[in-house]
Amino acid sequence: MDDLIIAGEKFSSRLIMGTGGAPSLEVLDQALEASGTELTTVAMRRLDPRARGSVLDVLHRRGIKVLPNTAGCFTAGDAVLTARLAREALGTNWVKLEVIADERTLLPDPIETFDAAERLVADGFVVLPYIGDDPALARRLELAGCAAVMPLGAPIGSGLGVRNPHSIELIVEAAGVPVILDAGVGTASDAALAMELGCDAVLLATAVTRAQRPELMASAMRSAVQAGRAARLAGRIPRRRYAEASSPMSP
Amino acid sequence: MKVMINGVAHEVAEDMTVGQAVRTLTASATGVAVAVNDEVVTRGAWETTALRDSDRVEVLTAVQGG
Repeated sequence: MDDLIIAGEKFSSRLIMGTGGAPSLEVLDQALEASGTELTTVAMRRLDPRARGSVLDVLHRRGIKVLPNTAGCFTAGDAVLTARLAREALGTNWVKLEVIADERTLLPDPIETFDAAERLVADGFVVLPYIGDDPALARRLELAGCAAVMPLGAPIGSGLGVRNPHSIELIVEAAGVPVILDAGVGTASDAALAMELGCDAVLLATAVTRAQRPELMASAMRSAVQAGRAARLAGRIPRRRYAEASSPMSP
Repeated sequence: MKVMINGVAHEVAEDMTVGQAVRTLTASATGVAVAVNDEVVTRGAWETTALRDSDRVEVLTAVQGG
């Protein structure tokens, strides 16, 4: 079996889902099922007594492992506290570490992210940091004890795809932990490309939850990740400047 | 005394515990975590941890995101 292994835990699906942006829990539930995902992110927010239904119930019913994130945090201190609250609330020491620099780009802040990663690893967390497509930072986070690295393809929710395939390849080449392409995926070919570049998994949310037909797009993403993974393992032909005949040239 | 619970000021009894503060919002403690003044208070300590004047209580749970 070609399992994805993160921190010793096996997943047969290489598609990690987010839950943000779905118009309802019903739509989310159908999309998650169609995606085949086994690992899905949630955010931590103030409890709203008026809220009806819980995303946790949806995930538990489907047997999907919960991956809390630290979305909305701007400093290492905020992120560490949020991770600890998530561990207490959800009973998991896994965290998708997300420390953003500003609200306009939602790009990750590398300094705060690294600081938080070191503190969380020391506190026994399985840390999956969201980062820019920076090979040097990815390497440093791995050496700091992170269980995976999650470089972006493009800004969160932008749907711009993988803007810097070369950097993603460089991260993959050097990584000894899983590389999960996170953010920027707009459609199925983006997810397939990420896998063809050698990523171990893809994390996406908006591309599915805000698609016109979320369930159908989830199914497309599932196929794309599988196809991209298979193509990576198969080994693509080199790109050539000119034609190479596929039929015999002699009469 | 006055405490802040999820950003809202409440006038409460002097001996209010973290557990009582949580119950002003929800009867179910499943999937819920609490910080007082930016420090996590573990579930086992909710009923024995008394609040003090001006404490900031944050009661969090998981929502759709990421």
